[in-house]
Amino acid sequence: MIHKYKYNDMNIVLDVHSGGVHIVDDISYDILDYIKLPMTESCPEEIVDNLMQKYSSEEIISCYDELYSLYKDKILFSEDDYEKFAKYSVASPVKAMCLLISQDCNLRCEYCFAETGDFGMGRSLMSLETGRKAIDFLLENSGNRENLELDFFGGEPLMNFDVVKGIVEYARKKEKDYGKHFRFTVTTNGLLLTDDKIDFINKEMSNVVLSIDGRKCVNDKMRHRIDGSGCYDTILEKFQKTVKLRGDKEYYVRGTYTKYNLDFSEDVFHLYEQGFDQISVEPVVAPETAPYALTENELPEIFSEYDRLTERLLKNDKEGKHFNFFHFMLDLDQGPCAIKRLRGCGSGNEYVAISPNGDIYPCHQFVGIDEWKMGNINEGTFNNEIKDYFASAHIYTKNECKNCWAKFYCSGGCNANNYIYAGDVHNAYKMSCEIEKKRLECAIYIKAVKACENQ
Amino acid sequence: MKHIKTINAANLKKTAEKGGCGKCQASCQSACKTSCTVANQKCENK
Repeated sequence: MIHKYKYNDMNIVLDVHSGGVHIVDDISYDILDYIKLPMTESCPEEIVDNLMQKYSSEEIISCYDELYSLYKDKILFSEDDYEKFAKYSVASPVKAMCLLISQDCNLRCEYCFAETGDFGMGRSLMSLETGRKAIDFLLENSGNRENLELDFFGGEPLMNFDVVKGIVEYARKKEKDYGKHFRFTVTTNGLLLTDDKIDFINKEMSNVVLSIDGRKCVNDKMRHRIDGSGCYDTILEKFQKTVKLRGDKEYYVRGTYTKYNLDFSEDVFHLYEQGFDQISVEPVVAPETAPYALTENELPEIFSEYDRLTERLLKNDKEGKHFNFFHFMLDLDQGPCAIKRLRGCGSGNEYVAISPNGDIYPCHQFVGIDEWKMGNINEGTFNNEIKDYFASAHIYTKNECKNCWAKFYCSGGCNANNYIYAGDVHNAYKMSCEIEKKRLECAIYIKAVKACENQ
Repeated sequence: MKHIKTINAANLKKTAEKGGCGKCQASCQSACKTSCTVANQKCENK
C-alpha cells in the first residue's frame, strides 16, 4: 500500500508497510497511478501508452526502472505481513497509570471532557491511602517492566498536592524494593502553582503538562473560573517561571483549539513568543451539538490552518528559531517499533486510570462510564476480561484502520474517542482520523523539506 | 537515482522482528490525553 500526495511543489510517496518516504518527480508520480501488482521487470506497454502524451517513452521507461528497483528492495508496494504479529497481541503488564488525584477543579472550562472536573461523579479528592494502594497495584502488576509511568491528573491535581507529595514519597521508597523506576508527570491548569510546588514538580516530575490555550482572548473564553473570570493573566507568569527553572527537563504547554479559534496557528506562535518551545495545541473533542465543537464543516479551514502552521514553522526554522509542535513531531527512522504501533496508547491493557474512590478504568476518558469499570483498588478486584478485550484491540482488528495509510502513525486512534463518538472501541472516529492524516502529511512534508535542505 | 529520492531508512519491518519490549512510554502519557499520536514516541530499547 502506498499513499501519495502533493504538497506545495513536492510529490511525496509513503510506502505504508516499510515506512519508506520517497520524494518523486512528476513522471514517477504519474506512473504510480498505472502500476499493477506484482510489478514486472520491464515497463508494461500500457503505462507508456497512457503517459506518452506527457512524457517521452525513454523517460517513462527510465523512471519505471527506478520504481521497480524500489519495489525489488521492498520499500515500494511492500507487503503487509504484520498481521502475524498482531495475532500475538495478548495482555501485557500494566506499566502506566493515571491517578485522578482530584476529581474537582478550580476552573470551569467549557470543553472539559471531565465535565468540569468531576467526571459526572461528584467532587472528591483521592486519599493518600488509595494513592498508596494504586502504587502497590502498579508495582505488582507491572511484570518485567522497569519504567513505570504515573500521571497526576484531574480535575486539578494541585488541589490535592499534599497527597501528590505523599504518593511520590511512597513510590520512591517502594521502587527500589521492586527494581523499578517511576516517571511522574502532572497536568495542571497552573492556578495554584507556588514557588514550593514548582520546585517539587521540577525535581520529581519527568514531564509536566501546563494547560493554556494560547492568546488571552482565546484562553479566557474557554478557560475561566467559577465566577467567569479568565485565568490567562494568573497562569502565564507561573508557567514561564516553571519552564525557566525546569532546565532541560521535559514539559509541554498544552492548549485546545475549538470552532472559536480556527486560526489556531496564531495561538501556537503566541505561546512560542511567550518563551515556550515545547508546544501542543490540539483539536477539541466534543459532541457535534456543542457550540464550540469541530465538525466536518470545519475541516477545510482546519486543514488550511495546519498548512499555514507548516509554512510558519519552516520559515521560523530558517531564521534559526525552533520549537517543537507536538503533533508534527515525527521520527521517520528511530521511532517506535512496529509492535508498539499495532495498538498505540495501550489503554485498558498496559495503561489504566484510577478514580479517587479507587475504581479502575481503561483510561482517564472512560472514568465514570460504568460498563468499563475494571475493578477497584481498595477491593482488590480487577477484570481481566476487559484487559484482554483492550489487548486485542489493534489496527488489524479495527476494520477501518487495517487499510488506512496512516495506521502505523496513529495506531488505531484513541480508544475512548472511538467508543464515545463512533460507538465502539474498534470503530474509527472520523474527525480524529481526518485531522490526524492532515497533520501527518504536514509532518512528513516538513521532514522532506529538511532532508532536501541538508543534501 | 534521477527521479526518486528516498529520505529515510524504511526500516519498519525490521523493528517488528525485535520489537515489543514495552520499555517505551505509554503514548497518552506525554502531552495529548485526548488524541493518539504514536509515531512521535521514542524507542527506549537501548
